[in-house]
Amino acid sequence: MGVRLDHPLRSVVALPVLIALIAFPLLMQVIDEPFYVVLASRILIFALVATSLNLLVGFGGMVSFGHAAFLGAGAYVVAILMQHGVTSAWIAWPAAVAVAGVAALLIGAISLRTRGVYFIMITLAFAQMMYFIFVSLKAYGGDDGLPLPSRSIVAPALDLSSDVAFYYVVLAFVLLGFFLFARLVNSRFGRVLQGIRENETRMEAVGYPVYRYKLVAFVIAGAAAGLGGALLVNQNELASPAMLNWPQSGMLLTMVILGGVGFLWGGAIGAVVLLLLEEVLATYTIHWQLGVGLVLLAVVLFAPNGLSTLRKSTGAQARDG
Amino acid sequence: MDLILILEQGLNGLQFGLMLFLLAAGLTLVFGIMDMINLAHGSLYMIGAYLAALVLGSTGSFLLAVCGALAGTAAIGMLIEIGILRRLYARDHLSQVLATFALLLIANEAMRILFGSQSLALNPPEVLSGPVELLPGFLYPAYRLLIIAVGLAVALLLYLLVAKTRVGMLVRAGASNREMALAMGVNVKALFTAVFGVGAALCALAGAMLGPLLAVEVGMGESILILAFVVIVIGGIGSIRGALAGALIVGVVDTLGRTLLPMSLRAVLPPAVASNLGPSLASILIYVLMAGVLFWRPQGLFPARG
Amino acid sequence: MAELLRLRGLVKRFGGLAATDGVDWSVAQGEVHALIGPNGAGKTTLVHLISGASSPDAGEVHFAGSDVTRASMHARVRRGLVRSYQVTSIFRRLSALDNAMLAVQAGRGSSLRFWSPPQADAGIARDARALLARVGLDERADVAAGTLAHGEQRKLEVALALAVRPTLLLLDEPMAGMGPEESQRMIELIQRLAQEVTIVLVEHDMDAVFKLAHRISVLVSGRIIASGEPEEIRRDAQVRRAYLGEELGRAA
Repeated sequence: MGVRLDHPLRSVVALPVLIALIAFPLLMQVIDEPFYVVLASRILIFALVATSLNLLVGFGGMVSFGHAAFLGAGAYVVAILMQHGVTSAWIAWPAAVAVAGVAALLIGAISLRTRGVYFIMITLAFAQMMYFIFVSLKAYGGDDGLPLPSRSIVAPALDLSSDVAFYYVVLAFVLLGFFLFARLVNSRFGRVLQGIRENETRMEAVGYPVYRYKLVAFVIAGAAAGLGGALLVNQNELASPAMLNWPQSGMLLTMVILGGVGFLWGGAIGAVVLLLLEEVLATYTIHWQLGVGLVLLAVVLFAPNGLSTLRKSTGAQARDG
Repeated sequence: MDLILILEQGLNGLQFGLMLFLLAAGLTLVFGIMDMINLAHGSLYMIGAYLAALVLGSTGSFLLAVCGALAGTAAIGMLIEIGILRRLYARDHLSQVLATFALLLIANEAMRILFGSQSLALNPPEVLSGPVELLPGFLYPAYRLLIIAVGLAVALLLYLLVAKTRVGMLVRAGASNREMALAMGVNVKALFTAVFGVGAALCALAGAMLGPLLAVEVGMGESILILAFVVIVIGGIGSIRGALAGALIVGVVDTLGRTLLPMSLRAVLPPAVASNLGPSLASILIYVLMAGVLFWRPQGLFPARG
Repeated sequence: MAELLRLRGLVKRFGGLAATDGVDWSVAQGEVHALIGPNGAGKTTLVHLISGASSPDAGEVHFAGSDVTRASMHARVRRGLVRSYQVTSIFRRLSALDNAMLAVQAGRGSSLRFWSPPQADAGIARDARALLARVGLDERADVAAGTLAHGEQRKLEVALALAVRPTLLLLDEPMAGMGPEESQRMIELIQRLAQEVTIVLVEHDMDAVFKLAHRISVLVSGRIIASGEPEEIRRDAQVRRAYLGEELGRAA
């Protein structure tokens, strides 16, 4: 029944995963299935974003239904900068992170003054607000979105239009992000965040300025999602308002619960499962969303801690709010 | 300023607000009494519109269409409540959000399978398809007047139901203090199912009535659901009075805002800037309003709980 | 003795009801000061006002020479004004040790540190264990707090309050729900604590109150109607009326 505060990154798990990820494109070249490299890049990007949401939801207990706003903000920063002639990733991508972080600071500052149900709804509403702003910006594509003429430039020698090269750049960032995340949740800050999830009132009564910690977590998560957005817009070569729409936020939350709320690998596993599920279902029917809905419903009703704990489940139920 | 334009948009705002109220009333009760977030609420609205279109298509009677939509959606709603939602009342909010989100996906896809991606036709009754002259020179569509009338009638009925009947008292007690209501031996399961059924019927009414004005298509529930959330945040969770106040405020501000804001901006800013800025600002107006209300009165304007 | 806590004209209304109706009160440094009163007297509200969980409609709260009326709960905790909860509020899913470590960590500088695990801070774990030993929970350090016995949970509750090294400890019905043996252990614990910390004890258990308190104040309908040494209070006619003489009589 007990929950642990530390989440060690075990090399017996991490090392094989790392090797597999590095070897993956080479493997795909050997069996001549280059498409899977594109899919893998997409999964990696969402693993990063879902992990950032897991920090908020799983580790901090803050159910944000507006996380897609930061993903989209990051994407649009890159696209808009490129429209104005800025193509260097070294400028555009940090800018995406910074803008998403600032947006998270503003939205978080107001939203975190609320709790529970109100918090969920206000984050949802703020994300919608950003969605409508971007939809109405005719100069930047409006409803149709803003295409990228080409991918960001990382280095003159490195042509990101190659899917394999792009994959490795994405991998580098995602690995770095995940490593930082693993350190974060095991640090003092990570413990405090989890304490807030477990009993916010008590944390306040023990002397922690709870609001401040939640806001810092919110900004970190938002900034990370912004990086994900910068990568995603390069992947799709298009920044679209749909990236900010609330079904997108719903999808991100779905990943978190599929993979395991509050578990180190939860976001990553969830991204893999959901995106693979979508791919597989889509080959059978255009109504794949029905399948996703059914799986999600089943998981929520019967495996509420997510897939990470299915093997441990002996009836231990999800925590109650 | 064109007075006729303002009157017309004002009435449009009233009409939209009253329909929003129908959705918000059900939503706020479910929140207040069962403490449950229901993202599938908009799907009930969509189902109501589809059922209305179906019945209208086969019988030609608008009245029958509305009745069919109400009955059918209430039934579906209660089945979902008994089968699935009951398990969620004791769960945490994340689980509720995701389970109802799943229902939303399933409902959307189910509609797509049954009816395809094209929108269905839902025409208002012939007799109401023309305009009515409210003031000299001011013509207003008769159908929209019907919507306003229906909305006001339902609001009055709900008020009477909640304020003057025993059932209403149970509902109010449940909304303001659920534990106490449970302790007093209220038949909780039946009450919850009934509340959900009524909420579903209200959604269906809104869907059926708005169907002729907006398109009856998959996903129509999503955009109005967000507005319903904004309404109950502004009005106060669990409060019907709050839902009405919030809905009218949101309806009028949103509708008038979309007309007046671009107009006033064009008066002070260069046209290129105004035509970009106007619609953007208008769409975010109610969210700014919501943020403002949350800042000054975090419990909303008329909270049910003291 | 120096005054550690002072309340001036404190008022808190809920709708038309004044739960706290002009309270003037003080607690001296080093004493154990009990606050008693019949149900509905407003004790909980007063505790919330002192700890910072709610803010008063009028009046002031002074602690250790500073005006803390507008200060947040965590700011008051930093100054040494700490409370424990009547309804146990611990981290149920975490081990007792983790519970204590979180509380100890609060007093060890900023936790806005994102890189190193706090186990690197050996001091925190060591002090957390010492804290558990102090309340008699050292054997149960690795047990999930929610599975502890009720009395043990109440002890953990007090331990969490102690962890932040309070100057004034506001104990809200620490004996709640305890049997006679557990209560006796809790009384002994409080007696030990009283040697280092000023204590405000809100309690219904008159046995404990008369064993522990240097001074007793009686709260009725949001007002302090009597304040003084235990024997004075026991004899006070107004107080007897308020309690109908029953509880005080039993403890005599």
